This record gives sequence, structure tokens and C-alpha cells, in this order.
Amino acid sequence: MNLGEALSRLPDFPHAVLVVLDEGGYPLSVATSFRVVDGTVEVTPASLGQSAVRDAVAAQLVVSHIRPYPGVGYDQRRYIELSGTLSVGGPGWRFFLATRLPFLTATIVPVLLGLASAAYDRHFSPGLAALTLLGAMAVHLGLNVANDIFDTLSGVDAANLTPTKFSGGSRVLQYGLVSLRQMTALAAVFYGVAIIVGLVLVAISGLGLLWLGVAGVLISYFYTAPPLRLVHRGLGELCVALGFGPIMVLGAYFVQTGHYALRPLILSIPVAILVMLILYANEVPDRFADAKTGKRTLVVRMQPAVVIRGYVAAVAVAYLVVIVGVVFGVLPWPTLISLLTIPLAYQTWKGLKAHYDSPYQLMSYLGKNVSLHLYTGLLLVIGVLLGIIVRR
Amino acid sequence: MVTSAAVVAGMPEAVVELLNKALVGELTVIDRKGHLRTDPLIPFWDGRYILMTSSILFSRKLEDIKRNPRVSLSLSDPVGIPAESFSRATIQGDARVIDDDLHRGWYRLLPLWEAKEPIIKTLLKPMQKLGLPLFWERAIIEILPKRVLWWPDGDTARDPQVTDLREAVA
Repeated sequence: MNLGEALSRLPDFPHAVLVVLDEGGYPLSVATSFRVVDGTVEVTPASLGQSAVRDAVAAQLVVSHIRPYPGVGYDQRRYIELSGTLSVGGPGWRFFLATRLPFLTATIVPVLLGLASAAYDRHFSPGLAALTLLGAMAVHLGLNVANDIFDTLSGVDAANLTPTKFSGGSRVLQYGLVSLRQMTALAAVFYGVAIIVGLVLVAISGLGLLWLGVAGVLISYFYTAPPLRLVHRGLGELCVALGFGPIMVLGAYFVQTGHYALRPLILSIPVAILVMLILYANEVPDRFADAKTGKRTLVVRMQPAVVIRGYVAAVAVAYLVVIVGVVFGVLPWPTLISLLTIPLAYQTWKGLKAHYDSPYQLMSYLGKNVSLHLYTGLLLVIGVLLGIIVRR
Repeated sequence: MVTSAAVVAGMPEAVVELLNKALVGELTVIDRKGHLRTDPLIPFWDGRYILMTSSILFSRKLEDIKRNPRVSLSLSDPVGIPAESFSRATIQGDARVIDDDLHRGWYRLLPLWEAKEPIIKTLLKPMQKLGLPLFWERAIIEILPKRVLWWPDGDTARDPQVTDLREAVA
């Protein structure tokens, strides 16, 4: 059978296995799905755990078909083997993985909240808003990449045998998709952009922004970087809460208005707590690897029952702040629509309790926890914007 | 079916279930040029080793294994593995070819083989055997598992649970 014929027959086969040679010299096979595009076979990315999948390695794709025949065994079995070179995604895909782009919601939400709060106070410049978002995203992406670098150097990510898509880092270094040098360059670029944008915003808005920006960059960098390694000292949650809460909300507000105010500070508290809880819950499946490598997070330090109670208490405080803010007239009453996410918080708590020791079953609840922050934050933004309308 | 001995060998129970139910697994070997070669075979589990049998008619993989024992077995076809709770696994290990008695050595696998492919009993009748004589000259491939990657819900886009059996089998 020639290559063209084999490629034309591939779609008839329901099952496919991709095989590469691992770093230990063993074949390593994994089921995948595929499609034939212009003479090449695109396979769906599969995870091989700790084993590295390098670019441009020899690989084999085996497609097969079997038809079981009860009482006999089977009556049909056929397969096709294809050998070739595996190209692991393009630079865009690797960038997407290395930077953990989807987590940018943690930045977009507080920046939008700061902007909405400024708009409520009759200040809004679209150009400055875009620049603020750019700077904040650059800090966050720099943090993500730096976090991977330092967790790889300290052995934390390598020790994590149960990484999930929410925890255990991006794994691009472990899988050999991106080199340490490339990651270092990427982090430098992000921090460089963040610092330049920050300085431009300080020049436009005033020196009052400088200290907030400096604090943001320092917290972001020393989150996992030595000598402070804040997350190793049980300060990770606090850093994340400050960085993705008051610093971003107040920063975005200051850029628009040139001053600080109580309302954006109060608005920042629920999102600060909820973003902190993303990290907090994500630390649950990571806790054994973290403990092994001296990363003493809050979850490592506390008993499971205390961790779960802590989650409930923190969520309750987040919602309470909104209610109290409205009662005292600091927040516009439409922000109460953020309470609509309470069922999501309840589901996350139930999942955390039921699957505390099962990283893979816990994964969907970690996803709900991310959604809890996103939806609550966006509803607060909508609530503030509705507040502009209802006060007229 | 072997389940109790699974604990001894450290093989995860769910993977033992796959081994016991699989009508097919994809065995990959490394040929003399270092290329990967894969064949579908029926895997059996005896509590310590994964066992397969191959006719000398298809001896290429046997020669490859003798040269390089490092192999990988994928248990991943939902049609070929009628397990109650479907999952996927890849087992890496060191294989050995047992071909000192091609006529009858592999008969020890018959109970396990018949459980999965009942027609074998019929095909082994003397007159049937005569029709395919070389097919019944068979070697055993014995794999000592070293590392198991298990995807609990079969979704290989997610990270597998990895069990290192090197200490267990030492």
C-alpha cells in the first residue's frame, strides 16, 4: 500500500495510537484522535505525564479496527502503521501553553472592575483603559512564566505526579516543548513590557501609581523566585489576593481618575478573595509535591477539614462584603446580582469535600472555582455599570 | 482472570481489568534500525507478566525483541476492550521471547486465550491444525512491566496517573 492510499484509508479506522520513543529508550504509546490534512496527519495533543514530547522526533501512528464476535473472539482485525516525524504544534500553540493564557481572566476581571468603578465616578478614557489592560496582562503572563521557571528549577513541578490543567504548572518545560532559555526570555519580555507600560501610565496619571505598580511587579516576581519565594512561606494566597485584587482594581481606577477611592477598594475585596481561592483550591491536588519540595502553602500546612472550612468562610466573606457595601451605600445596589453565583460556590465546596484526595475527579470542580471568580467578577462589573444607569 | 496477584506485582487494579478484558492491545517494539514497529496482539496477564503469543510466521517482532527488549503496550481501543469501566493504559516494560518449545510451550496460555477467543479451542483440533501448520508454531512474548500510565476516564488529553513498577518488580 502506498502512502497516498494509506492516508485515504485512515478515516475508516476508528482507533489510533501515537507512538514515540521516550527519554529512557522505551517506546511510549498513547491513544489519540486524528485528521488528515493536505498529506499530513494532525493528531490531537495527548499527555504522556512526565515524559517529554519533543519537537521533530520520529513517531508512528497506528490505526486499527477490531470487531468482537461473542462466543468466538473477533471476526475482523486490521490495522495500518504510518511512520513519520512528529511536529509538536506551532510557536503559537506553545506560546499559548507556556503562558497559560486562559488564566488571564484573573487579570481582566479586576481591571474591568477598576475601569467600571472609574466610569461610575464619571472618568473613562478608552486609550488609557487599553494601556492598563496591556500592562496588567504583561505582569500576569510574566508571573505565569516565571512561576514555571522557578518551580522547575526547585523541582516542584517535576515532583508533581498528578498535574491537572489547573495545577502543576504549564508542563512545557517538563514535556520539552519550550527550553528554559526561551522561557527566561519570555518572562523578561513580559516584565519589560509591564515596566514600560507602567512607567508610561505613571507619567500620564501621576506618581501615586508608581508604588502600586512596583508592588505588583515585585509580588509577581518574588512569588516563586528566590530569595523571597513568597509562595513557599505560606504567603502565596495573600500575594495573589493583593496582586489580583486591590492592586489591579485600584491601579486601573487610579489611571482613569488620578486618585484612590473607597468604592474600588471595597469592590476589589470579593474578587481578591475569589482569585485567592483559585490558588487555594488548586493547591489541593499539588499538596504532596509541594510538601516534598518545601513549598509550605496554606493547604500543605492545614488539615483537609480546616482547608474546606477555610474555603467556605472565605466565600462567605466575599459575598458579605458585597451585601455590606450595598447596605452602607458604598456599592450600587445592582452589584447584588453577583450573589447569583452562590450555587456555583456551593457546587465547588461539595466537589472539594467529596474529591479532596482524587486529583482527577476534583478537576471539574477546580474549573467551577475558576468560573466562580470570573462570573462573580463580571457580575460585579455589570452591577456597577447598571448602577450608572439606575442613578440617573 | 487474575486479580489477587495484581497486588503483588503492583499493577493498578483498573489496568489488570483492562488486561483481563482486552481482545487487542498495540505492542510496539524497536527494530534493528531503531524504528518503532507496532502489532495488534491479544494480551494476557498472569499476575506478574503480560504474556502474548506470536506465530513464527510473524517472526519480525520476535527478532526485534531479542535485540532490544524495550516495549510498550497500549490498551486503549474501546471496541477491543469490553471492560465495564473503560479507561486507557500504556504499559512500558522489558520483553523476553520464550521459543524453546514452539510446538507446545505456548499451551500454558491456552486457558487465558480461550477465555478471550473461544474459537481457538475449535481451531486446535488436529484436522484444523493441519490446515495452518506454521500458525501453530508459536513463541511466547513475556513482558515484565516497568511503568504504567493510566488515564482513568480514557481521556488521553489529560495527564495520566503514573505507576512506577521498577521497585515492585525488583
